[in-house]
This record gives sequence, structure tokens and C-alpha cells, in this order.
Amino acid sequence: MNDVTPSSAERAEKLQGMGCKRKRVEDIRFVQGKGSYVDDLKLPGMLHGDLVRSPYGHARVRKIDAAKAKALPGVVAVLTAADLKPLNLHYMPTLAGDVQAVLAEEKVLYQNQEVAFVIATDRYVAADAAELVEVEYEELPALVDPFKAMAPGAPVLREDIKDKTDGAHGKRKHYNHIFAWQIGEKEATDQAFRKAEVTVKELISYQRVHPCPLETCQCVASFDKIKGELTVWGTFQAPHVIRTVASLISKIPEHKIHVIAPDIGGGFGNKVGAYPGYICAVVASIVTGRPVKWVEDRIENLSATSFARDYHMTTEIAATKDGRVTGLRVHVLADHGAFDACADPSKWPAGFFNIVTGSYDFPVAHVAVDGVYTNKAPGGVAYRCSFRVTEAAYCIERAMDILAQKLGLDPAELRLRNLIRREQFPYQSALGWEYDSGDYHAALKKAMDAVDYRALRAEQKARQEAFKRGETRELMGIGVSFFTEIVGAGPSRNCDILGIAMFDSAEIRIHPTGAVTARMGTKSQGQGHETTYAQIIASELGLPADDITVEEGNTDTAPYGLGTYGSRSTPTAGAATAMAARKIKAKAQMIAADLLEVSEYDLEWDVDRFRVKGNPERFKTMKELAWAAYNRVPKGLEPGLEAVNYYDPPNMTYPFGAYICVLDVDVDTGVCKVRRFYALDDCGTRINPMIIEGQIHGGLTEAFAIAMGQEIRYDEIGNCTNPSFMDYFLPTAVETPKWETDWTTTPSPHHPIGAKGVGESPNVGGVPCFANAVNDAFKFLGSTHIAMPHNHWRTWTVADKLGLHG
Amino acid sequence: MIPGAFAYHRPKTVKDAVAMLSELGPDARPLAGGHSLIPMMKLRLSSPAHLVDLRAIGELKGIRAEGAEVVIGAMTTQHDVIADSMLAARLPILRETALVIADPQVRYVGTIGGNVANGDPGNDMPAVMLCLGAVYQVAGRKGERRIAARKFYEGAYMTALEPGEMVTAIRIPVPPSGHGAAYEKLKRKVGDYATAAAAVVLTMSGGRAATCSIGLTNLAETPLWAEEAAKAVVGTTIDAAAVKKAAAAAEAIASPASDNRGPAEYRKKMAGVMVARALARAKTRAG
Ligand SMILES: Cc1cc2nc3c(=O)[nH]c(=O)nc-3n(C[C@H](O)[C@H](O)[C@H](O)COP(=O)(O)OP(=O)(O)OC[C@H]3O[C@@H](n4cnc5c(N)ncnc54)[C@H](O)[C@@H]3O)c2cc1C
Repeated sequence: MNDVTPSSAERAEKLQGMGCKRKRVEDIRFVQGKGSYVDDLKLPGMLHGDLVRSPYGHARVRKIDAAKAKALPGVVAVLTAADLKPLNLHYMPTLAGDVQAVLAEEKVLYQNQEVAFVIATDRYVAADAAELVEVEYEELPALVDPFKAMAPGAPVLREDIKDKTDGAHGKRKHYNHIFAWQIGEKEATDQAFRKAEVTVKELISYQRVHPCPLETCQCVASFDKIKGELTVWGTFQAPHVIRTVASLISKIPEHKIHVIAPDIGGGFGNKVGAYPGYICAVVASIVTGRPVKWVEDRIENLSATSFARDYHMTTEIAATKDGRVTGLRVHVLADHGAFDACADPSKWPAGFFNIVTGSYDFPVAHVAVDGVYTNKAPGGVAYRCSFRVTEAAYCIERAMDILAQKLGLDPAELRLRNLIRREQFPYQSALGWEYDSGDYHAALKKAMDAVDYRALRAEQKARQEAFKRGETRELMGIGVSFFTEIVGAGPSRNCDILGIAMFDSAEIRIHPTGAVTARMGTKSQGQGHETTYAQIIASELGLPADDITVEEGNTDTAPYGLGTYGSRSTPTAGAATAMAARKIKAKAQMIAADLLEVSEYDLEWDVDRFRVKGNPERFKTMKELAWAAYNRVPKGLEPGLEAVNYYDPPNMTYPFGAYICVLDVDVDTGVCKVRRFYALDDCGTRINPMIIEGQIHGGLTEAFAIAMGQEIRYDEIGNCTNPSFMDYFLPTAVETPKWETDWTTTPSPHHPIGAKGVGESPNVGGVPCFANAVNDAFKFLGSTHIAMPHNHWRTWTVADKLGLHG
Repeated sequence: MIPGAFAYHRPKTVKDAVAMLSELGPDARPLAGGHSLIPMMKLRLSSPAHLVDLRAIGELKGIRAEGAEVVIGAMTTQHDVIADSMLAARLPILRETALVIADPQVRYVGTIGGNVANGDPGNDMPAVMLCLGAVYQVAGRKGERRIAARKFYEGAYMTALEPGEMVTAIRIPVPPSGHGAAYEKLKRKVGDYATAAAAVVLTMSGGRAATCSIGLTNLAETPLWAEEAAKAVVGTTIDAAAVKKAAAAAEAIASPASDNRGPAEYRKKMAGVMVARALARAKTRAG
């Protein structure tokens, strides 16, 4: 080889492929304010919609009088349920097999429920007109406590289905009951508890929170009467699913519906489903023949679109005296609000909550879940986690700490005794999952060494003594969490959405010059897909990442996919990308063989080229092969160089991690100050370490927010008391702790590039870590479980009840 | 989050502003930085038909010393208060307070006049003004008058201002050099109003508190001047017992609402904690 030819390593580095800390290409437009969001869209003749919403948590709608609103200059129309009913659009199907009112017909079931849709030529006029719509309500008793939902004599919430004895998942037990779901071996589990040397039991509640993306939910609908085609631009995490659902309910043929998700300002699960505002905008556009924009404000977003959690988990662990877990039993009361609008794969009404055995080797377990209706906003989405996985992780990680306390064991030590061992992978969990790979002990030990865990415990002990002597008013808490995520939904054998298997897709087109356009069925909302998918292709095909454009979000051009949530993009579309690239590479190899006049088997791949084995100076680069594909293909081969792959993963992937938090609690004010947070993540193969770090930082910040302050609160008559940034805790840079990140790498054995997905791990592992730290601070005084969120007054109240205020 | 319709006016002098406010009547509101008023309008909790923007009125801006007083024009921004070196030296509590108001973006626009005239018990400056014994200079159709801060606040969003009147400046008697002062604020995050906050200004003599004044924020419908709490420390070394008495006296006059910051009981207790901490800090600063 002559010495001006760059080495393989040099050439590989230039590609900016996998493993490279490539800067996010999307940031070039975002940091210049040149992103293009739904609300940036201004179409000629566009109208604006605004929703009239219920001030009551539960009321009968007696009368709607829109005369005054319609009389306001600029108002084009006012839609109510009466207008939608003839079209059979006053209710819409939810992803969970329920229906949700688009505009309230006879009753409103939660505060800020949609009652009427005003359409005007101007956004301001629309808001003025919404105030002029007169709605007569008869207030009804509101049901806000899920524990009272199934009481005899509880208010009947869903009159529309009160006689339905069967729900989407079997018999209903009560008119406010949605579903019962169970998994695991009940008898064997009960038996383990009967035989147990030690048991613990605690009601562990995970409060109602909201994903709260900075950009609220919004859309522009434009119906072309002449072509009979509908275009909807919207904040959609799953554009193709929206298109299919829109076609099924509107009867407009699917090919005549164009769904476009432009740049999205965060989703976190909030933008998976469909909302009444979308349906109203579509109907309004069909009725008026003009484009109609609907944009939520913050209060609407927080109080009416999908919430997350609201899971009340009665948790029991059976164990031996020396701290080996022998059984887990959990009953969940799930508050789904007024309609079951959970966004789970259709067969999984409690999502993947059965990951609740966590990272531990439980021989048996049993989980039962009851979903109930209350007078609260519908939802139950996965807020930056895979379906119900943060709930599960919080549940098991809190319960393990409670068990450690009862046994007098250090919480890290209890975990080390029970973590699934490396040689047990692939591991069959008691609740039915097959964990793909892991080295849990190595991860936890690395984390403990990194923070000098023993020294921290010694410092804590000294602090407790000083506190008892009255020398300090601060307590120190150390939180440990070890989590296992389950992401990448998913295998079509057990995951579908409304019957559509949860595969995902990639289409790669290599152009004659070697430039690439690639499209996926997923949709980035900040995850950086344009950067990372290009890196996969760069490594697979030896073309520079900078020459690859990644496009998502347009159903006309992107191959069908199920969208981005549940950390599924890398496990599914990322895999599809690698597989499509490999098809291209196989064809390129045939072309190379022809050009080099050797057999394909005499070629070997070297970073960006095929070379003749034993004769490295004879090669064809991928760029050359791209040209040849359009110029001179071997006989019998089609010209062109492109491929599509629909990837149905054989299994989920199971990222994991070990987190440690150190905080100080001011017992006089209840203020908790996070001193240190160390996060070790194992997401398998690391595509872009910088993006991973960014995802971890963001996810930990959300976990911090949830654990320390986020909560959607209702008063007893169903008023949502905190739907604004004044009260809904979104930490700023000032409150946010400094994050220390670390990693181990255990590739997924079944994923083409060994990657597992990482975007949501920090939320899953972070929430219990903070909570465990706060609990840990108080446990030497006898406290066992403190409910989240750990805001100032709750923490102060704990201290007060423990008699710490003299 | 879409306000109702309003007409916009931009007078150049106080005289014109006052004339407009009187003519337009109760449907007109002065607009200063807009960082309290505009959010209220967006929530449609307030729908003034006319906004009289004070930003073009040069005479309302600026900070100057006048003998034993400091005079701050109503349209001086909170950022200007933070940046002023004379204030930092003579009235450091103003800077300390302004630094815990909202965030830098709000402070670049929000004014001290708007903050004291707003009448929201959550505003931080009013309690400091009570504590310092400040006087508000007010202009109206009938001319100028002065209202003591301690007499200004009548209820939530209710002040001693007559219709058509506006605050033009704040006059603050400068505490003696060597005084110690502190503003202690408990909040959930940057940009939050106080769960409880306390302003303390005191002087020490021979190791004992010679004078003391205490103001409380967001603990009642109006800011509170905590006279009993202050009395509890005067003449003492501000020892633990005196501080405890002062804290209890502050808690006794606090009547906060239960809100998302916590139940009333907790917020009352925080009044005491903030007073105790402000006293401790003010004492170490007194020389
Ligand atoms: C996110 C956020 C956080 C905030 N946090 C805090 C905080 O922690 N502490 C705090 O104290 N404030 C806080 N504020 C409020 C902020 O300080 C406001 O700027 C201030 O309360 C009002 O000043 P302004 O100049 O903006 O007045 P404007 O909003 O323009 O006016 C407020 C009211 O006062 C009246 N007014 C204004 N000027 C005069 C005058 N010269 N004479 C008579 N009436 C007048 C107006 O008509 C209006 O009713 C926050 C605001 C925001 C947006």
C-alpha cells in the first residue's frame, strides 16, 4: 500500500460512524432559531380554533348556546357534540380499547374537558368567542380518589358504558372499573409468602404527573375538497398510526391522508395518542374547506392532555432472614381518569409493569392490576419510560430498600445478594420476560467504587450522631437504585397497536454520488435521530455521516413505522437501518466483484471499501460502487442502490444501570439539596456517547423533577389546582443537580448492532434513586416510606411527625 | 393564554399619564414592565380596556441620593436596582431582594414601581419597603402626595392608590452605616414567589440589638410589618431565646393561605424559620 493512503483507522474516524461523539446535526437549525414547528406553519386562509372547556370536574351539560359567539365578527363556526354526532365523531376510539368524548355530549367528566370548538379567522377572536359560548351545567359529585371509585354508591362516571359488563380486557367488576389484569403464579407466590421468614408490605403510590413537553400539542388540518385529500401537520410521536386511525374513523382512504410531523419540541409520551383538538380541527377544515390550526396553551396541556403514572401499588416481598428474596406480590390500583386513553401496546393494559421483579432473581411473583375511572383527565402514558416501567422500577426499588431496612442490611448489599447473575442470561423472569443480557454485579460494584460508597455511609453515620447531639440540623441521605428497563416494543408476537404489529422500518437510498437519503418510521422529538441513524449507516456502509440525510415524520415519504416512544427507536428502526444497509452492502459487493473481476467470496470489507483478499491495493470504495450502481451493473442485476427493511425484533432489549444519589435534608424547612448524583448506564453498544450523555442529563433532570416536586393535583371537587409553570415543577438550571455519568457496555445479543436504547433509562432509574435518598435520610429515626413528591412541605411534615421540631 | 382586546397608550410625561388614567377611568391601567399585569391579562383574570404604558416617561427612571434618603424612580427596573453601586453600598438589602425576584429575564423588564404598586402579597419588595419605612411618592389629578409603605397595602391587589393615581418614586430613609440587613426567602425554584420570606434591618450597639425592623412576604393578604417580632430582639444579643420569641411572634401574625407551596400550617412555621435566619444573617453583617 502506498503511504499516502490513509490507514483503516484514519478512514473510519472520518466517517463519524458509531462510537463517535458526533455533534448533533439538528442543532445547527435549533440553536439558530430555525427549527420549523407546527405553530410556525401559516397557510393562506388559515382559520384558528379554540376549545370551550368544562369548569367542572363532573357535571351534566344542560344546554349549550353559541348564538353570542357566532355573532362575533370573525367567527366562522362553533362545533358541539350535536354537530359531531351525525358524523359519528362525538366519540373517538382510544389506543386502550375505550372511547373518549371528542366534545362532551351529556356530561363532562373532568375539569377542562372539551365542550365546544370555536373557529375564527383570528386566534384572538377565537379566544374571545370561546368566552361567549354559554354552557349550562348541573354539577354532580366528583370522584377524585381512585380508592373510592369502586365503592358501593360511588358516582356513576361513564353513563355511556355503564351497562357494559365486558371491557377491553375481560369482565368489569363495577361501573367505574375498567379492567383487571394479572400475571404470574398466584398459588406459588402465596405459598412463598406463607413459608417466608421475613415479609414486608407497603402501599407505594406514584403520583399523577404530566410529561409536560415544552411545545404543547397542536395541529393544522387542511382538507382539499377537490382532491378529497386531508393533510394534517401535527405534534405526533407516531405519524403513521395517526394516519391509520384518522382513516379508520374518517373513512377517508389512507393514501389520501398525509400526516406530517415537523420538528417537535419534546414529547415524552404526551404526543403519542390523538386528542379531541385534532379531530375538531380536521372536522372544522372539512366543514369550512379551509386550513384550521389548533394550538394548546400550557394550562390545557397540563390539565387535559395525557398525564402519566397515578399508580397505587400495594407491594409485598417475601425473603429469607439472610436477605434472599423468595417472592413478590403486587396489587396495583391504576387511576386512568375519565376515559382509558393509555398508550400501551393493545394487549398490555398495564404496559410492561410485569418488569416489576426488576433486576432481582425472584423465583416467583404475582401481579394484579385494576384500572378505574375517576373525574380526572384521561391518559396514563409512559412519561419518558417504556410502558409503566418507571412505575415498576419505583415500586421494586422502594420495596427493596424497605426490605433492607427490616433486615438491618445495607440497601446496596441486599441488592448485591439478589441481582441476577451474569451467567443467568438470557434470564427468564418470574413474570414472563426474557432478559437479553447484563452484568449487574459489575455495574453496581463500579458505581459503589466510583462514589466511595463505604466512606459515604461512614460520613452519614457521623452526621446522624452530630444531629442527635444537636450540632447540625441537616440529615444526609444516600439513595441507591438498580434498574432494568424493557424497551424496543416490540416483537409482533406480543406487541401491537390496534392490531398493527410494532415493527419499525428504514429505507435507505444511495444516490449516484454516494450521498444518502434515509427515512425511518420513527419520529425524533429531540432524541437526535438525524445524527445517530446517519452514524449507523456510516459505519455499515463506509459513507461519511455528513453525506447522509435522515428524514422522518412524513407519512408520504417515510416507510410505515410505529413511531418513537418507549426507547424503541434504536432497538427497532435502528436495527432496521443496519439491516437495510446490509442489503445495500450485499448488492454493492456483487457490483464490486464484477468490477474487480473476482468472485464475491474473494472480497473483504475494509471500513469504506471492498478489497480483494490478499491484494489490498485492488479495491472499490462504496462511493465508487454507488456510481457504478447507476452506471454499470453486472448482468442480471437491477440498477440502483437502495433498500427497505421492516424489522420485527426477536425480543425486547433490556438496558440497565446503577445510580447513586447523595443529598442533604434541611429538617427545618424540608429543603433537600442533592449533593451528588452518579449514574452508570449500560445501553449495550453506544452509537453516540455525547447524545447518550445528553439523554441521560435530560432524563435525570426529569426524574429529579418528578421525585422532588412534580404532581398534578386535584381538590376534592375535581379542580386541577396546579396546571401552570407557577406550580408544576419544572426545574431550572439553578435547581438541577450536577450529573456524573458513567457506563458499562453489555451488547444486546439479538440486536444487529448490539444497541439497546437509552433515552428513558435515567427517568426509570432516577426517580427511585432520589426517593430512596430522601427515605434513607430519615430511616434511622424509624421512618419506612415517604410518599413522593419530596417537595419542601412534605419533607418538613415527615420531620415534624418524627418530632424533629422540638 | 390569549388576552382580550385593549387600547394602547404611550404618554411621555407623568402629567399626561395621570390625565389619561383619570380620563379613561377604572378601565385603564398603568403598564410598567408588564410582568405581573400581562400574565394576568393572558389568563383573563384582568381585562383592562386601556393600557397606559409608562415606559416612555423619562422622569420615572433613575436612582439618586437626596440627603438621608434614596429616591428610586418607579420605572427603574429590578436589574437596575441590582446593578447600582450606590444602592449596593447604602441599601444592600434591595440588591439582595431583587436578586431573588423571578429570573434575570423578568428583572430586566420588571420595575420596582410595578413591584410595589401591584399589591400582590407575593411580591418581594413591599415587605422590604415596610421594613425600611419607605414612602411612596404618588401623582394624581389633584397633584402629588406621599403614602407610607406601611399604610399602602389594604388587601390582595388593593392599595391606598385612588383611581387615576400612580406611583412615581419610592423614597427610602437610608439606615445608618454599620446596620445589618438580610432578606431570607424560601421558594420552590427560581422564578417562584415565596413560600415565606422575611426582611430584617437592624443595628447593634455593644453587642445588643439597638433597633430592629422586620417585614414578611406572602404570609397574608398584604405584606406584613412584624413589630412584635422586632421588639422581641431589641435589647438582646439576638440569642437563641430572643430569636425563638421573634419567630413565634412572626408566626402569630402570619395567616397564609394553603396552596401548592404547602398547607397554611407549614407556611406559618416557615415565617418563623425565615425570621430566625434573616436575624442571624443580619446580625453577622452588622458592624
Ligand atoms: C416568571 C415570573 C416570576 C416572578 N417572580 C417574582 C418574584 O419572585 N417576586 C416578585 O416580587 N415578583 C415576581 N414576579 C413579578 C415581577 O417582579 C413583576 O415585574 C412585578 O411584580 C411588577 O412589575 P412590572 O414593572 O412588571 O409591572 P406591571 O406588570 O406592568 O404592573 C403591575 C401592576 O402594577 C400597576 N402599576 C405598574 N406601575 C405602576 C405605577 N408606577 N403606579 C401605579 N400602578 C402601577 C399596573 O397597573 C399593574 O396593575 C415574577 C414575574 C414573572 C413573570
